[in-house]
Amino acid sequence: MEHSKIVYILVAFSVICLIRVLPLTLIRRPIRSRFLRSFLYYVPYVTLAVMTFPAILRATNSPLAGAAALVAGILAALWKGNLMLVAGICCTVVLVLESFL
Amino acid sequence: MEKPGSRMRLFAQGVRDGIPIALGYFAVAFSLGIAARNAGLMPMEGFLASFLCSASAGEHALFTLIAAGAGYMETALVSLVTNARYFLMSCALSQKFAPETPLLHRVLIGTKVTDELFGLNIARPRTVQPAYSYGAMLLPVLFWAAGTASGIRMGTLLSPRIVSALSVALYGMFLAVIIPPARKSAPIAVCVAAGFLFSLAAQAVPLIAGLSEGTRTILLTVGIASAAALLFPVKEA
Repeated sequence: MEHSKIVYILVAFSVICLIRVLPLTLIRRPIRSRFLRSFLYYVPYVTLAVMTFPAILRATNSPLAGAAALVAGILAALWKGNLMLVAGICCTVVLVLESFL
Repeated sequence: MEKPGSRMRLFAQGVRDGIPIALGYFAVAFSLGIAARNAGLMPMEGFLASFLCSASAGEHALFTLIAAGAGYMETALVSLVTNARYFLMSCALSQKFAPETPLLHRVLIGTKVTDELFGLNIARPRTVQPAYSYGAMLLPVLFWAAGTASGIRMGTLLSPRIVSALSVALYGMFLAVIIPPARKSAPIAVCVAAGFLFSLAAQAVPLIAGLSEGTRTILLTVGIASAAALLFPVKEA
């Protein structure tokens, strides 16, 4: 069966809406389970880490440039957390490196 | 209750605070559009996806799933995991709503809890003011959607070198979200390092390497976050 792109988008949208809206409407009390709270606390960091590496190596034309962007991005984020600054530095590193490679 | 005049002023203030976010969003959404183009999306579809979802990692995962022709069930599960952090943000934000806030406001503001808009709302004095929240989300939401459509449309016009450079913008954003907290908290640093390490190792383990990228992300996240929750439980609230 051919999958419809619009259905994909609506599936993702529905799930995202539930995630964002339910806590604001239904959950009026704080979550009590310590395990659940700890688990939820760590989930975002683990997911983003898993999605970043090693995928960043495949995103660029040369894996070496991707690796350099990863290192530069980590250093930039340690130095200043600013979102756009870190993203900009990663792009610049790839642009400069791939001009020479 | 606020008077109509003060509501307009709050709205305008929100719009102003949203401008720098909107500009940054446009640039990152452009790089997201390149991923959407690779998945075969048309500019209108990309606009719709971004207008509705307003989620960087979640949409990136969505486009990867579309490109791979994944099932709808897997799409729902991966969306659940890649957007789970918004659940936490909404939980935190729920404590900042005035108890009498109508349901409609809660729903509408809730659909646009992005990292940055959450930041603006949580940084407000006292309670969430809906007029301010609507003003703040206006430009970022539109620029995010327009940026994605532009990336799909113009990604082909750019040289491969520029496309290659722009494609790491999203990962830069992810790093900016996870690295600063990792610096302050050792358990988060361990989580990030474990995420990197196991994600790399998962490609070499025969049984796991055969799974789709989305399923691997779910398994690794649930496994590592559970281990972290057992090893380093957060302090009692």
